[in-house]
Amino acid sequence: MSEIALNTSQKTTGSLARAEFWSGVRDTIPLVIGGIPFGLIFGTLAAPSGLSFAATLAMSAFVFAGSAQFIALGLLAAGTAWPIIVLTTFMVNVRHALYSATLAPYVKRLPQRWQIPLAFWLTDETFVLVANHYRQSDGSPHGHWYYFGSAIFMYLDWQLCTFLGLTLGRLIPNVAAWGLDFAMPVTFIGMVVPYLKDRPMLVSVIVSGLVALIAFPLPNQLGLMLAALAGIAAGLIAETRLKKKSE
Amino acid sequence: MVMNEVYLISGMALVTFTIRYSMYALAGRVEFPSWLDRALRYVPPAVLTALIVPAVLIPTGETMQFSYTNSYLIGAVVALLVSWRSNNLLLTIVLGMLAFWAWQWLIISL
Repeated sequence: MSEIALNTSQKTTGSLARAEFWSGVRDTIPLVIGGIPFGLIFGTLAAPSGLSFAATLAMSAFVFAGSAQFIALGLLAAGTAWPIIVLTTFMVNVRHALYSATLAPYVKRLPQRWQIPLAFWLTDETFVLVANHYRQSDGSPHGHWYYFGSAIFMYLDWQLCTFLGLTLGRLIPNVAAWGLDFAMPVTFIGMVVPYLKDRPMLVSVIVSGLVALIAFPLPNQLGLMLAALAGIAAGLIAETRLKKKSE
Repeated sequence: MVMNEVYLISGMALVTFTIRYSMYALAGRVEFPSWLDRALRYVPPAVLTALIVPAVLIPTGETMQFSYTNSYLIGAVVALLVSWRSNNLLLTIVLGMLAFWAWQWLIISL
């Protein structure tokens, strides 16, 4: 009797995990599509920036960070030394520490063999989806399968598009002039709007956007970090004020 | 692959992974205060907005272009409206890109 019960619960666990995995894949489809031009452009721009074929593939495989990879290309093209590019990568990606902190409460119960690959695959896109998923499901016990589904799909897409972009870059000159660089901001817009449901959130993005504009001339993406921090602080302050008023 | 590329990619991979893994490794040992928990809710929209706004308003990376001749701005406004009305990410991307291309084509041909 108890054995049957155990079997059933194992089966349900397996099918729940599978359902979570596929739901992660499904929710990632639009982001994968939005990422295609981004990956294509990266691959296309690599050779003119002076990065070899093998190094371009290796960068996508081992670094797996879209905006940092783009900035690295820009710096390479300008003849920047590698330690400076590594330092810039740190500045650009330090926002991921905030993502890591947000997901840590859900991920901390998992064994290392889960935590390490999931950390490696943590991107802007997967973070937004996974954070939402955990919040909506109140910390689903199989949420890491959702995370895995989203992450592996993003990863494979990025590898494939890098490769296609490299190939395309050899066939068609000037693909970059098609304005495909708009693909990233337009994707991000579609990701931000669903957040804008209360006043503190609106205050947060308005402040973030304004500071990003004003601080744009600062070197090494410092403006980006300042803007994000100002936006977060503004949201918190607005939230506290509204709460006080309603009390 | 030349040696410098090996250093570059190893360095970038190492810093990126360390950042992403940092808080997973520390979780359980470090308690976050409640204000930090609340602050984290604002991280994705604030960071994404800080990436979007300069990309749209300073597309060349030099001067701000707050004008109807800026196709990035037009595409972004269309995307904003579509996303707000439909809440559909794919539709937002497709219509935003189409508006961007159409506007660019209009400006070039006029």
